[in-house]
Order: sequence, then structure tokens, then C-alpha cells
Amino acid sequence: MSPESLARISNVMIYSSMLVLTFAMFSFAASFAGGRRRASSSVTESTMSAGGAAVLTQTVVETEIPGRRASNIGISLTWLAFALLLAGVVLRGVWAGRAPWGNMYEFSITAALGVLGVFLIANTRIDLRWLGLFIVIPVLLTLGVAVTVLYTEAAQLVPALKSYWLVIHVLAAIICSGAFTIAAATAGLSFVSDRAERKAAAGVEVTGILATRIPNAERLRSITNKTLAFAFPLWTFTVVAGAIWAENAWGRYWGWDPKETWAFITWVIYAAYLHARSTAGWRGNKASLIALAGWIAFLMNYFGVNFLANSLHSYAGVGS
Amino acid sequence: MTNLPPMTNTGFFRWLWRQLTSMKTALVLLFLLALASVPGSVYPQRGVDPIKVRNFITNSPTWGPILDRLGFFEVYSSPWFSAVYLLLFVSLIGCVIPRVGVHYRAMRSAPPPVPRILERFAGTRENIATASTEEVLSEVTETLRKAKWRVVAGPVESPTWVAAEKGYLRETGNLVFHLSLLFVLAAIAIGGLFGWKGNVIVREGSGFSNTVTQYDAWGGGRYTDAQALPPFSFTLDKFTVDFERGVAQRGAPRAFEAEMSYKVDPTAPIEHRLVEVNEPLVVSGAKVFLVGHGYAPLIKVTDETGKAVFEDAVPFLPQDGNGTATGVVKIPDSTPQLGIQALFLPTAALDEVLGPHSTFPGPDDPAVFMSAWKGDLGLNTGKPQSVYRLVTDNMTKIGLEQLKPGQSWTLPDGSGTVAFLGYKRWASFQIAYDPGKEIALIFAALAIIGLTMSLFIRRRRVWVKVVERDGVTVIQVAGIMRASTLEDKDIGALSEDLDLVEQALQAAGVARGITEEER
Ligand code: HEM
Repeated sequence: MSPESLARISNVMIYSSMLVLTFAMFSFAASFAGGRRRASSSVTESTMSAGGAAVLTQTVVETEIPGRRASNIGISLTWLAFALLLAGVVLRGVWAGRAPWGNMYEFSITAALGVLGVFLIANTRIDLRWLGLFIVIPVLLTLGVAVTVLYTEAAQLVPALKSYWLVIHVLAAIICSGAFTIAAATAGLSFVSDRAERKAAAGVEVTGILATRIPNAERLRSITNKTLAFAFPLWTFTVVAGAIWAENAWGRYWGWDPKETWAFITWVIYAAYLHARSTAGWRGNKASLIALAGWIAFLMNYFGVNFLANSLHSYAGVGS
Repeated sequence: MTNLPPMTNTGFFRWLWRQLTSMKTALVLLFLLALASVPGSVYPQRGVDPIKVRNFITNSPTWGPILDRLGFFEVYSSPWFSAVYLLLFVSLIGCVIPRVGVHYRAMRSAPPPVPRILERFAGTRENIATASTEEVLSEVTETLRKAKWRVVAGPVESPTWVAAEKGYLRETGNLVFHLSLLFVLAAIAIGGLFGWKGNVIVREGSGFSNTVTQYDAWGGGRYTDAQALPPFSFTLDKFTVDFERGVAQRGAPRAFEAEMSYKVDPTAPIEHRLVEVNEPLVVSGAKVFLVGHGYAPLIKVTDETGKAVFEDAVPFLPQDGNGTATGVVKIPDSTPQLGIQALFLPTAALDEVLGPHSTFPGPDDPAVFMSAWKGDLGLNTGKPQSVYRLVTDNMTKIGLEQLKPGQSWTLPDGSGTVAFLGYKRWASFQIAYDPGKEIALIFAALAIIGLTMSLFIRRRRVWVKVVERDGVTVIQVAGIMRASTLEDKDIGALSEDLDLVEQALQAAGVARGITEEER
């Protein structure tokens, strides 16, 4: 097969994936429109709080399970889109003859793949169908920007990028991008639930389509939590792997280059998040806000910094 | 922090210390650290790109100097940035060191006794004893001990309960993580105080020996002995460079290969190494990195009598991605003195808009454009001069010319000829010695391991209590989990532990489940 046809097939796969994702998005959206009412549950659970006292929690808002059929279709379509995107990314790598992360276009399609992959795998363990819409939308946006603004013909890597530490570093970063995105989505949604719960507690009926169809705030925060507990060590590893690579390429493992700086900022914010979760008065919305701030810092690193000219990491390949 | 500080001195300092080492302060300091890091990615930094900083200050005469005063061009060594991270680390020490002691004692002491009422704990199970209390408790003890729980039974005279605890490594991991951060910081400091780093341009065929004077730029830490650098030397035998010729990313570098021969010290045997971008030469603990490349046009100048007054390959500095390079030749030995400002173009093109420029970084069609000056080079004024700049204050221009390799130019005023004989390549090397980096790596790895332990191991307690109720002997199995940092309400892992105990009891035949009627 000629390289040109490989490239063409890769592109077709990625466009098809976007098309399928669009349908997945509609399915997830439709699942919100046609939800089923779930009996309001009152859960009593105990944990050992710092003082050793048992803590009781109660769910106050009635939530509905999003339309099963539609969200199942959404998940199936997302799997299909994932497979298409995977094929697109792999073919891109075959075409270029290297790992497919040599420029911004390739980073973006691989990151989209990472977000979908982490979401789908997490969904096999805990039911996250209601989250689908909030994952598919950013992924579609990323892919949209990738194919329109960032598209670059495949080329070899500049010598600085030829390192297996790059492969490890970027692979870890991509998994983190998936986890951070899920955590941000659940953190964002927890505000919606939180508001609804406050209203319910004040005796006001909660009618919002979204508010009545997503899990309660505590559950959402718990998902944010678990996802970040998984992602934070991996991000730490990502940063260390990047430092090892930098040491090998430039002779210093840390140089406060903008990319390094934002990786550090992201790390510090998420560390603050983990602290907030065990600091009285910070557990709820404040912690969720920090989780969102961490994600924004991460995005800065991913997109913002590649356009800053004074970075050694400006290998984005944009505009060349 | 709503509580007011006490008014006595010691009271005040104790209060201050408690505030500083509180979790909330740590949180705020972490935020400040994140915030304080931002300007360094927005403003050019002196340590990274001093020229950009100078341009920035020149271009904004109002804000430039103010920002400079406030340390915005050296954020990461500015007093405010240092203050934030030092406070954070003081807080870290104050918070973590006492916890080490507490944790050490906790690990050595027995788990706390069973709470009075077990019913209030989620997931509590009840079974009916079918054997003596003693047998039940010894079965429980054995099962839990086998599963690596720390177990204690009580009361001492005639035990009726067992309390067990597991997951101490969570706290161990947390402490290892925080302490490792301290050591990483220390390793960075060691690198900064004892390390050194320099840059040097070496032409193909030329050599370098490791003394400060041979460097184009060199910097060492406060305790680095600049006179006692390791005495290695090397020669750049051959330097191969390759660029992308395809349409996509045309001109992007594809390969740099420097064939080097080196000696560890002047008396050592010569060794050979191929140095590439991600493959530095390691010699005497220092690493020699290939970081850049460029051209050094071979220029020969003869005076009006035909005597050669200059002949050398002069390194030119690259200006863009297509290899356009500028350089200067100074000839102090002719009278009057001669100076040449030149532009080297590896693949030369000339058009109305861009003037002379290069279209590809490879040497497909090299040319130099030069202007010649005569007069006083100003070398004797005592002011240091850059080798890349011609000071033309006391010179007059005598002409402009464009030369291809092999061509020469008779200066219009008859003061001599300039020949462009060809070019050599040069490679630039960064040579770095950082005695802290291995330590940093070890503790970074420990930090990751500790962190993972801290986040994934769950500290939990299980209690088994034998009680008499309405004439039957009931075994209560309950537990609680410190759901990690994450204050997680998920008791899934705990119910597995309770299952383990319950199933072991039933399998051993010392207990049975309670039937519906019995409830
Ligand atoms: C250099 C700055 C610091 C960083 C990057 C950092 C990072 C972290 C991270 C990622 C965790 C979560 C891991 C876990 O739950 O075990 C954590 C937990 C913790 N940190 Fe820090 N930390 C820092 C400074 C501090 C300071 C100054 C204190 C003391 C005030 C502190 C006290 C704690 C405590 C007590 C926990 C455990 C929370 C729990 O058990 O729920 N840390 N830290």
C-alpha cells in the first residue's frame, strides 16, 4: 500500500469516527430527554472520619436513570468511534513510521483516543453512561480543531523527539488526559447536583433536565476523587519521565520551560485538590473547583503552550 | 483561621507554628506556588533567553524595568517565589516529621479495642455461634492473621471480641511521599550549588578541552571549583547533518551525528563515540550534549602585497530555520584594520522582497553576502567585544559583494582580496555536570511509589464481637474504613473483608447465618 493511501485511509477513519461520535452525542442527549424516574433512595453509610466518628449521608434529590436504550446506543456508538479512531491513529503511525505523536495534530487525535478509551474502560467498571455526553462533546471539539486547524502532513520526528522516553512520557500523558477530563466533567456536574440538592433541601421542587438525571453531588465528587487518585500518581510519573527525557536531550532535567512550568502547575493544583479532600470545609464545591482549575492548567499545557514561541517544546508543527 | 492568637510570646509562636503546619495553610501555599509559577511561562526568563528579556525591556520602557525589579524575568529565583516554596517546605517538615513518630508508635501498638455498639456501622453482619466463644475468636484471629491483619483480643481475662487493623502502609506511603519531596528539593539544591554547565561551539576537525576559558558561556554553582574541572578533551572528527526534503515539514532537522574522539585526561588513551541528540557523551561524570549546529565559512584575506593576513573557518550564528547565518571577520593585523560583516546562506536565493535569503538549511547552493570595512576595529579600547559583532564606529565601508565557494573579491579600494574558500560545519555542545540528578531521580521514584501506596492502600479496621442476646450467642462482624484521603463513602473493599471473616467462620463450622424467623 502506498503511503498516500495509508494517509487517506487514516483521515477517512478519523472523519468517520467524528461522524459516529456525533450520533453518539445525539444518543446521549436523547437519553436525557427521555429519562425514567428512579425511586428516591436514602442511603446511610459510615466512614471513619478524622475524629473516628461515623458519618451519615443522605441522598435528597430524586434522580432518574437516563433513558437506558438511548444511552446504551450512545455507548455502543462510542465504542465504534473509538475503534475507528484507534485505526486512524495507528495508520497515521504506520504512515509516519513512528509513534503517532510528533506534532499537535497527532497529539490531539491521540489525546481524543485516550479520553474515549479511559471513559469506555471506566464505564465497564462503574456505570458512567450519564457522563457520555460530557465526554463526547470535548472529544468532538478536540477532533474538530485537530482536523481543521492543526492538520499536518506526517513527517519524521526532529532528532530531539527520537527517544523511547518520549513514547512512555506521551503515553502516560494521554491516559492522564482521559482521566483529567472525566474528573473535570464530574466535578463540573457536581455543581449542578449540588445546587439541586440545596434547592431540594429548601423545599423547592427540582425540575432541571440535567439535575434530575445525574447522580447526586456526593457520588459525582467521589468519582472525581477516584479518577484523580488514579491520575495523580500517573501524572507525577509523566512529569518525571519528561524530566528524564529532557535530561537526555538538553542536559538538564528541569529548566522551567513553559511546557514544564505548566506541567508543574497542573501537578501542584491537583496536589492541592487531594489536600482539599481531607481538609475540613474544603471537601465539597471548593474541591470540585480545584479539580476544574487543574484541568484548565492541563489544557493550557496541551494547547496553550504549543503556541508560545519561546518553548523548547515548540515542535508543534503548526503552520509549517 | 478564625481563632485569635494568644498574647504571650511562646503562646504566640506555638500558635503561629500550628497555623503554619496546618493542612489549610499547606493548601493555600500550594495554590500560591501554582500561581507564582505562572508569570515564568508568560514573560521571557533570563536563565532561558536573556536576549528576549533585553528586547522586552527595551520595547516597554515603562513596564519593563518595573517587572524586572519585581523579578518577573527571573521568577524561579525571585524572593517571592522562593518564599512560597520555602514556607511550603517548612510547613511540610512541621507537618510530616511529627506524623512519622505518631505513625511509628501506631504501627507498634495494638489496634484500639472494639467500640461499644457495633450496630451503627454500615454493613454489620450477624451470625449465630455454633461453637464456643473461644473457638470462634481463635478462628477469627487465625483467619485475619493469615490475611496479614494486626489482631488483638480482649478483654484479657476472658476474651469476647477481636479487633484487627490493616493498611498501615497507607500512612507509610504518605510519609515516604512527602519526605521524598524534601529530598528532591535537596537534590536540586545540590545540583545548583555544586554543578556546572557550559556551552561551546566546535568546528568540524577542531577540538575542545574542558577548562572554563574554552567555553563560550559557562556557569557554575556557589561551591563549584571552576579551576578544577575534570580534564577531559575531545575532537569533533566528523559531523553529519540531514534535513527533511519532503514537502511536509521541509527543512526540519532529521539527523545529527557527531563522530567524536575523546580523552578522559591528557594521558588517557583516545576513545571514539558517536554522539547524537538524545545520546550524549558521558565523560568523568559530565554529559556532553549535542544541541545545535551551524556553518563556519572558510575565509581567506590577503593584503595588497598578496600576503595572507587571515585564513580560518569562522563560526556564523544561525538566524532562522533555513540556515541563514550571520558572522563577522576581524583582521587586526592589516593596516588599516579590516572588518567583514557577512551573511552565509546555505541555499542562496535573492528576491525583491526578502533580499538575500536561504530557502533550505542544507548546503545545496551556498553563498556569502559580505560588506567590508576599514579603519579601527576598536579592539584596544579595553572594552570587551563580541566576536559576532563588528563595531563600525571608527570604520568606513568599502564595498559589498556576493561570493560563491571558490570565488574571491578584490576590494574596490585595492587594499586586498577576500576569498570564500568553502565552509565547515560546527556543532554546539552543552556540557553539564549535575551531582544531584541521580539523587533527584531516586527520590522522585520513591515519591511515586509512596504516593501510589498512599492512594491505593486502604486503612481499615474489623471487629468481631460475641454477644448473648435472648439466650443465643450472636457473632457481630463489623468494620470501618479510613477511606484514604479520598473520604470516600464506598465501602466495597470493607465488605470484602467482612465477607472473608464471615465465610471463614461458617466454613470452619463455628457459625451459621441467621434465618428469617430468628430475626
Ligand atoms: C510540597 C508540597 C506538598 C505536596 C506536593 C503534597 C502532596 C500531597 C498529596 C498528593 C497527597 C495525597 C496522597 C494521600 O492522600 O496520601 C497528600 C496528602 C497529605 N498531605 Fe501533602 N503535600 C504537600 C505538603 C504538605 C504539607 C505542608 C502538609 C502539612 C500541613 C501535608 C499534609 C498532608 C496530609 C496530612 C495528607 C494525608 C491526607 C489524608 O490522609 O487524607 N502535605 N499530600
